[in-house]
Amino acid sequence: MEKRNARQTRELVVPGDILDGTGMRPGENAYVLDGKVRASVMGVRNVFQNTVGVIPLRGGYMPTSGDTVFGVIVDIGPSNWLIDIGAPYPAPLHVSEVPWKVEFGDTSKYLTIGNVVLVKILAVDESKKISVTMKDSGLRRIEGGRLIKISHTKVSRVIGKSGSMISMLKNMTDCRITVGQNGWIWIDGEEENTDVAVAAIEMIEEQAQSMNLTDRVKEFIEKKIPQDDEYYDEGDE
Amino acid sequence: MSGHTDMVLVDENGLRIDGRTADQHRPFKIEAGVLNNADGSAYVEIGKNKVLAAVYGPRECHPRHLQDPTKAIVQCKYNMQSFSVSDRKRPGPDRRSIEISKIISEALEKVVLTELYPRASIDVYIEILQANAGTRCAGLTAASVALADAGIPMRDIVPALACGKADGHVLLDLNKEEDNYGQADVPIAIIPSTDEIVLLQMDGNMTREEFDHGIKMAVAGCHELHELQKDALKRRYSKKAEEASE
Amino acid sequence: MTEIMSEIKRDHMMKLIEKGERLDGRGVTDVREIKVCTDVIESADGSARVKMGKTEVIAGVKIIPGTPFPDTPNIGVLTTGAELIPMAHPTFESGPPGEDAIELARVVDRGIRESGMVDVEALCITPGEEVWMCFVDIYALDYDGNLFDAANLAAVCALKSATIPGEQYGKGENKPLPITCTPISVTEVKIGNTLIVDPNFDEEQISTARLTVTTDDVGNFRAMQKGGCGSITLDELSLCLDRAVEKGAEIRKIIG
Repeated sequence: MEKRNARQTRELVVPGDILDGTGMRPGENAYVLDGKVRASVMGVRNVFQNTVGVIPLRGGYMPTSGDTVFGVIVDIGPSNWLIDIGAPYPAPLHVSEVPWKVEFGDTSKYLTIGNVVLVKILAVDESKKISVTMKDSGLRRIEGGRLIKISHTKVSRVIGKSGSMISMLKNMTDCRITVGQNGWIWIDGEEENTDVAVAAIEMIEEQAQSMNLTDRVKEFIEKKIPQDDEYYDEGDE
Repeated sequence: MSGHTDMVLVDENGLRIDGRTADQHRPFKIEAGVLNNADGSAYVEIGKNKVLAAVYGPRECHPRHLQDPTKAIVQCKYNMQSFSVSDRKRPGPDRRSIEISKIISEALEKVVLTELYPRASIDVYIEILQANAGTRCAGLTAASVALADAGIPMRDIVPALACGKADGHVLLDLNKEEDNYGQADVPIAIIPSTDEIVLLQMDGNMTREEFDHGIKMAVAGCHELHELQKDALKRRYSKKAEEASE
Repeated sequence: MTEIMSEIKRDHMMKLIEKGERLDGRGVTDVREIKVCTDVIESADGSARVKMGKTEVIAGVKIIPGTPFPDTPNIGVLTTGAELIPMAHPTFESGPPGEDAIELARVVDRGIRESGMVDVEALCITPGEEVWMCFVDIYALDYDGNLFDAANLAAVCALKSATIPGEQYGKGENKPLPITCTPISVTEVKIGNTLIVDPNFDEEQISTARLTVTTDDVGNFRAMQKGGCGSITLDELSLCLDRAVEKGAEIRKIIG
């Protein structure tokens, strides 16, 4: 994933638009025609080192090795399950990649259609066949809580610089929040707090491009959930 | 193309029945992102044509036997709604719709970067809500915007427009009467960055000079249409263009 | 028409519904925002584009001279068709209308026909030989639940604003299609033991039974259809009928 430059223009580019004619190399979502770099998707022009590419505004999630994502079991075979992770291709989860010893044909005893799982993308080959695992730490079947879906392009905004946004959300709402790279997010906490967390995340998705978003989200949550003023807590000493 | 009429399609001042000159196209209108469920969508009006296009994909390819292990396939279905024409059309694909679906699929395959999505399908649906000659051009124009709206990687956005001949004059963007009673109809679609032709059909009777003249007008018209396609996307999404920060 | 819903979402929705709450904040009898545009298609003799929440449907009417049915030689013909075109939902497939589309068309047709909305006796051109045939074609454009009510509204609004194209066929002047009333359908689904009006897609997915009830302007019943694999009790039926009259009147006022 290319690093983004902090100061970019907001100008939208569309497929075919010229990004550069001075000899820069094509970055992500760009190609070269007659010596000029052109956009191949709709999005924002992005310069990275000596390449110029596009950060897409739209488009579905494409899995990358190492991503942690949520998924739903949509089909079961005798030695694997098929998971919908919001990508163009379903991801097969093989019995060798789960923490249990599953006998051939017993797959439905462990995970059934509709179950939600947290998995990691192991690899994506040239023909885009995806392999996933549930064997790493933290990966598991997910129960309870709420699962919401936002555009995967907004995931970094929800996480924030060095995780600042997501930490604020967790602390202020007192909820467990896990963000999948595919834009599927799991929230677990008290009912009303969860509603506020969901609304805050939807607000971030809606207003991802605005300035002072962090402050406005903080204000929004404060209005709904009174915060303990820990700084001034005298303590018991 | 085989009708006869006493109607004068182009008068002695070179004006057509809708007041246009030979080289003028009908009014264009394009809106992007008009449907909720579809991954990408667009609505286009060219004159009295009203067309809706929607894209789903890339997604798993159905039917499975059409899957290509090296790239995505583009499957376009063009359909005219029953009430889109003055003589009601019976629902269901007819041979004309099937042919048009095929040539539009082929035009789009050339611009979409299909190698990025092996085994997948990019499904394009074009519905003609109201027809007035040039529906396949309006349909392809809408489909291109819908593909960009869906974030599908492509070389360029493809515009399409027709030229033709009526009352002996070479005309740009035929209307219904000119198409029915005229002497030639030439729909064309280009890749604006290179002027490559990705869709071309012709029926009627034209000399080489007439054809060249028509193509020149059509290509220029396509470039104008292309500006509107880009503008539709920019209007829809400029506010949402992110400030790239982390 | 199924998609796999995560059990987390299903459980959350069911819990809410038990309390009489819906994910989009509506009450159990609240209908989504309705938007209607008529005369949207010039080539049609009547047309309407209707949105109920995010569900969008377009309907067009074509009126053509044709031969009457032999057993009703002086009466016009009314035919309703519907298509669930693939652009409306990722699970809709291309092809001829399947059982869902056919049921949809027949239920909408029933409401229109049984209420006598179109005065078919006034559609006679030459007794025994020629009558006006009214074709209503409905297309789903965007599906977020409750196609029955959206399609009914679109068909009814298209008919109400339709014109008999006498001039086009040399059969007299153009005149408005003669309309006698406005049949409105109200659809509810059963989730657990709760009945909710105007379900969206997700609500339909977790429901067990569905009931569509069509009423006329005075609140009499003209058509009903129960769908889905579950059952409804007599009390539930009674509740639906009451709501159909009440909500029907509300919707009738909105479309004017």
